[in-house]
Amino acid sequence: MNSMVQQLCPVQSCKKIATDTFLLRFNSPDIVASAQPGQFVNILTAEIGKGPLLRRPFSISRVEDNIIELIFHVVGIGTNLLSQNQPGDWIDVIGPLGQPFHRDADYGTALLVAGGIGVAPLPFLTNDLLKYGKRIETFVGYRNAGQVFTKHLQNVRIATDDGSDGFHGNVVQLLELFLNQNNFQKAKIFACGPTVMLKALTELAKRKSICCELSLEGQMACGIGICQGCAVERTEDTAKYALVCKDGPAFLSTEVNL
Amino acid sequence: MTTLSIGSGIKTSFTLRGVEFKNRVFVASGTFGYGDEIHDLVDVNRLGGIFTKSLSWKPRSGNPPQRIVETASGMLNSIGLANIGVQTFIEQKLIYLRTFNTHIIVNIAASSLKEFCDVLSLLEGQDGIVGYEVNVSCPNVKEGGMNFGTDCKMTAEITSHLRKLTNKPLIIKLTPNVTHISEIARSAESAGADAVSVINTLVGMAVDIKTRKPKLSTVTGGLSGPAIKPVALAKVYEVAKAVKIPIFGIGGIASTEDAIEFLLVGAAAVQIGTMNFIDPAISVKIADGFENYARENKISDIGTLVGALDADVKFSVIQSWL
Ligand SMILES: Cc1cc2nc3c(=O)[nH]c(=O)nc-3n(C[C@H](O)[C@H](O)[C@H](O)COP(=O)(O)OP(=O)(O)OC[C@H]3O[C@@H](n4cnc5c(N)ncnc54)[C@H](O)[C@@H]3O)c2cc1C
Ligand SMILES: Cc1cc2nc3c(=O)[nH]c(=O)nc-3n(C[C@H](O)[C@H](O)[C@H](O)COP(=O)(O)O)c2cc1C
Ligand code: FES
Repeated sequence: MNSMVQQLCPVQSCKKIATDTFLLRFNSPDIVASAQPGQFVNILTAEIGKGPLLRRPFSISRVEDNIIELIFHVVGIGTNLLSQNQPGDWIDVIGPLGQPFHRDADYGTALLVAGGIGVAPLPFLTNDLLKYGKRIETFVGYRNAGQVFTKHLQNVRIATDDGSDGFHGNVVQLLELFLNQNNFQKAKIFACGPTVMLKALTELAKRKSICCELSLEGQMACGIGICQGCAVERTEDTAKYALVCKDGPAFLSTEVNL
Repeated sequence: MTTLSIGSGIKTSFTLRGVEFKNRVFVASGTFGYGDEIHDLVDVNRLGGIFTKSLSWKPRSGNPPQRIVETASGMLNSIGLANIGVQTFIEQKLIYLRTFNTHIIVNIAASSLKEFCDVLSLLEGQDGIVGYEVNVSCPNVKEGGMNFGTDCKMTAEITSHLRKLTNKPLIIKLTPNVTHISEIARSAESAGADAVSVINTLVGMAVDIKTRKPKLSTVTGGLSGPAIKPVALAKVYEVAKAVKIPIFGIGGIASTEDAIEFLLVGAAAVQIGTMNFIDPAISVKIADGFENYARENKISDIGTLVGALDADVKFSVIQSWL
């Protein structure tokens, strides 16, 4: 399944879409050909020696024709460099990497839950779940209205920490309210966001007995399973640690200890 | 095996204890996995050889996260020798590695002399391994690791025991976290090592000033990448002045120019480490770069660059340690 490539890819566009948030589009027929929702790419944000040492991992947000879309927050030197790309620039990309979300399980409704930039992988996932004929309900939490970005999502409910848009509170609280009001026979949660949010969600999923899959982040050096850097603790003792880049980034909430 | 690269007439190969390596560019232990994960992204058959991830007798799960921190032009790691164990390596990896048209050198790590001997003995019975690199220099484990490689006697003892168990090339990988690396290198040489690898990572740390916690779970880790290249060059230079056996130069190599610096100060070959993570094909680019450099400078054998540094040692401080 995983036929990863390293390629110089032409940038199609790079635009600001919300506070500190950018949408980058680049051309890569090869990555598009094998990419699946939940997978990521690892990008060199500047030529070797001219920027930070390590590549930066980003979820594949959407694919369209031969184009890969990423959505990212500018948080430091690498994302700052990446946001300066212009059409005609080239970026060195390795991908697609990691295990995709398991979309084919037995459930009728997909509950997509994201915190902040965790929304990034959801458009690709949404598009794919529609093909599987799943009903989709989406819950996204942001700090404030300025960060909200919900394009290409289905049935979106918004939570903001400061109440400037949608529900006043966090996205896990919003999901809990929704679950209390609606009765789901067979649902599955797909989530991406900060670790605190994923922890709270794991608890909620356990209480409500809903299957829950999390897309994790981890500090990476290689992104391809060779450095052993991105370890996350497993709940079962088959092996003590899993690798976020190779065994994940998508894991069942019951598989990992956050 | 191609000794002369086709058409160029340039000799790229070199020989260690009867084993001929097609060129002088290798990939360093722990930065290339077992060689099978990365072959989509690099033509491994173009390499002089692959140094595997360190193998111990039993599988090791490694240290808790966080294991990686990026630093200025470098990175800290505290992987803690996470590996699948020698048995699983033989059962699951070696068969595939034998299909490669390059040499496999197995790196061995252990927490006791007995474990070193057990691992090497088990590997001796297997086809497809041309030699061993002995890791007495890992800074990220409490038992064994660097504690062996900072001690001349321990280094000599491990080397001489392993020497009795194999006729294949035996390479001792040294730590820079010592006062005089040349002394450790001499111990390895006199105990029968065929070569030394210089250097493993430097002990370093990083702190999160918001939480006031160390960024790595193990508090300290090993620094690697371009940041350590000047240190590594000086260590190779020092060792080259002290021993006659060949040196594998390692530390922050990111380009052909970097690699040639290592040859000039005395490395017979180089290993590429951290930069494999950033550009998986970098080692092959450097192998090509060696040939281009030789062609441009009308050199017929890359080997003539080894130790060809033009230094006036009159003022060399290192000279006084030797
Ligand atoms: C599988 C995966 C998918 C991701 N997808 C996205 C995405 O779609 N959109 C997005 O905005 N961000 C995403 N991230 C986080 C993104 O990789 C970091 O924000 C980015 O690496 C920060 O780089 P920087 O140089 O700007 O920040 P700095 O803080 O300067 O980075 C310093 C180091 O820390 C690492 N780092 C910092 N933050 C993170 C983080 N959250 N996760 C992992 N490593 C981090 C960097 O890679 C770098 O090595 C993803 C992370 C992972 C692991
Ligand atoms: C993530 C990582 C894992 C490593 N694992 C090993 C190992 O298992 N055994 C070993 O002998 N050296 C190991 N090393 C050390 C490297 O082989 C090399 O000596 C060191 O990184 C310096 O070279 P570099 O600057 O080119 O990376 C590791 C280095 C890194 C960065
Ligand atoms: S980042 Fe290297 S193993 Fe995951």
